[in-house]
Amino acid sequence: MTEAYSFAYLDESTKRMIRRTLLKALAVPGYQVPFASREMPMPYGWGTGGVQVTAACLVPEDVLKVIDQGADDTTNAVSIRRFFQRTAGVAVTEHTTEASLIQTRHRIPEAPLKEGQILIYQVPIPEPLRFLEPRESETRKMHALEEYGLMHVKLYEDIARHGAIATSYGYPVKVEGRYVMDPSPIPKFDNPKLSGNPAIQLFGAGRESRIHALPPYTRVVNLDFEDHPFEPTKADAACDLCGATTSYLDEVIMDDAGGRMFCCSDTDFCATRRAAGHAGRLAPGGEAA
Amino acid sequence: MEDPLSGGFADAPVQAARAFRAALEAMARPGRMQRLAGATPPAPLSVAAGTLLLTLVDDTTPLYLAPGHQGAALRDWIAFHCAAPLCAPEEAVFALGRWEGLPLERFRLGTPEYPDRSVTLIVEPPALAPQNAQLSGPGIATVQAAQLPETAAFEANRARFPLGFDAFFCAGDQAFALPRSTRVEAL
Repeated sequence: MTEAYSFAYLDESTKRMIRRTLLKALAVPGYQVPFASREMPMPYGWGTGGVQVTAACLVPEDVLKVIDQGADDTTNAVSIRRFFQRTAGVAVTEHTTEASLIQTRHRIPEAPLKEGQILIYQVPIPEPLRFLEPRESETRKMHALEEYGLMHVKLYEDIARHGAIATSYGYPVKVEGRYVMDPSPIPKFDNPKLSGNPAIQLFGAGRESRIHALPPYTRVVNLDFEDHPFEPTKADAACDLCGATTSYLDEVIMDDAGGRMFCCSDTDFCATRRAAGHAGRLAPGGEAA
Repeated sequence: MEDPLSGGFADAPVQAARAFRAALEAMARPGRMQRLAGATPPAPLSVAAGTLLLTLVDDTTPLYLAPGHQGAALRDWIAFHCAAPLCAPEEAVFALGRWEGLPLERFRLGTPEYPDRSVTLIVEPPALAPQNAQLSGPGIATVQAAQLPETAAFEANRARFPLGFDAFFCAGDQAFALPRSTRVEAL
């Protein structure tokens, strides 16, 4: 650290405010705690909520990993990682297993998390009922009264229109049988990893000024129907780089003639597999296309 | 006589960060012991409780001091290091004291729409052992043993969920937390 930043950028009274919010969020899992979100040196929508939570949690001994849709090397991830290298002087890594604190935009890493790790989500709209009921005063009352029928109506309308629950990301969950929570726009493929996770999961929404949390080993249930059970979905293919069949895949358009490939959304998972000798359809030296 | 100006953090951003990380782990894993150090508060305050005050309490959070924790030395120390207004239990965001001194029925427990607007207790039991209660719920893989001053108050607190108080128990430089979401049974 050559520049004179206070450790992790934020001033101490702001950090105390965020820290008190985080403790209440852990005490009432799934409930959205309002906090006095600050302006950060990046625009809303670039993870200001996640950045504030990360700044409040970081210690100098941390090893930080930042991912954007699973990738360590995209603009958002690189700029947030460099922000904390500069303002907190922490070590950074791209390896999920080496990180003590992971800030993520819209993915949960493929490698299982363990105790001692903290996963911090960037959240755009924390209120799962917002698109069904725009008034904050009403959604607060609905949470207070545990009035979640509207959410089931929405999922039912999916089935009536498409024959299946078409919600594919930000899939609503119920936490410990009480609060319905939006897990941020992670693909529903990742939802099963929310429940019973040994790591601490914190969710920060900067523009909406809300923080919610899942303590480790919290019971998280995906909303569904007996005859239309929850199904985690992914592209029906294998990664063309590492050959993985169990990871969440991105589809990449290759040309203007319909050519396409699939690759792991989690770049660390894919690179680790390739380093271990796994090869996919399009990998150099892999099976011929 | 201790100087009320001493005993704070020497390097506040870093020491508060380490202390909060321990407090976060404590609240996330109820009943599990964490080391909380950095402050050297005047008697009768423990190191862990003093460190929690420095980390979480400031001029925006009214603080209730229970009988036994109202001495001039402690009040001066809190006034200088935290600047927290001292208040009646009804207005408290934090409350500090021995378990017997905390008037539980008078604290704020949050509202159905804002359950976070509730008190956080910083309790100073004489010791954190032997274990006499079994905890389960969010943050606990199976069960966790802990030392609690009683179990009835925590069973009632859990029954009110999502309303309720959250508590830290501090002795020496050790502390554990008990959020309202935890189910408590006597061992």
